[in-house]
Amino acid sequence: MTAQLLFFYFGGMTVAGAIVAVSAPNLVYSALALLLTFIHIAGIYILLNAEFIAAVQIIVYAGAILVLYLFVLMLFNPKQERHYIHKQYKAGIFLALVVMFLMVFAGYKTEILSLGGPVTVESVRAMGHTRVIGNALYTDYIFPFEIASLILLVAMFGAILLAGRGQRRIKGPAGRVDLSKRDEATKVLVRP
Amino acid sequence: MTIPLDWYLTLGFFLFSIGVGGVLVRRNIIMVLLSIELILNSANITFVAYSNYHQSISGQMMVFFILTMAAAEVALGLALVIALYRVRSTLNVDEINMLKW
Repeated sequence: MTAQLLFFYFGGMTVAGAIVAVSAPNLVYSALALLLTFIHIAGIYILLNAEFIAAVQIIVYAGAILVLYLFVLMLFNPKQERHYIHKQYKAGIFLALVVMFLMVFAGYKTEILSLGGPVTVESVRAMGHTRVIGNALYTDYIFPFEIASLILLVAMFGAILLAGRGQRRIKGPAGRVDLSKRDEATKVLVRP
Repeated sequence: MTIPLDWYLTLGFFLFSIGVGGVLVRRNIIMVLLSIELILNSANITFVAYSNYHQSISGQMMVFFILTMAAAEVALGLALVIALYRVRSTLNVDEINMLKW
């Protein structure tokens, strides 16, 4: 009963934070609502007996990724925009509801039987969750692990190349590119 | 009393559709990237729920690789946004149509 109440609290706060994040006009508000969502998703992971994943969720998502978002938001001087919602927002909401209905329907129509693998809650408690994760990560999943490190390296190079210095800013009236300078703008894009 | 698997799956589905709605509805390109984060988190919840249900560690391994991909995606996406803002001075996805000649 306690677990179910906790699930309702964490799940409800997750969904509420996500809805606020998607619908808030101010970008900083939506980033902070997303922080709420991430922290409560960590609570969901703890309910699922995955403590290490919960810690990583808080460190990486709430600590690193969200701070990066807030940093970039501060660069762009976020102000409350008037038309922050797309014109065809009704079609978008309808499509999202259709997707949700289909997935929930498919989930309730499918009977999934537990495979009953070796990693039970008792064995994880005996060894410690971090140790179980480490054992799997450095034996069975060593090749994807190396690939992941390569992906991070390439992403770092790409981010430095894309956002680094060495690109001229086109000076126009009020800093905005008008259509007559479009060719110049594309030249800058092609060859920085 | 344990929590059935369906509840976690439904939570993941809710989060996924909220993320899809955010991608479709918002006009700011940073908000589109934030909504993609929501979608990836819903996938993570589903993976961990199945990992707990099947008593296997593979789902939690997938969460690690999704996390790596999300970090790379955020770094590259925000760098692209900065590079785009230098050229176009806008973050509105409706005005970024340079390839649509």
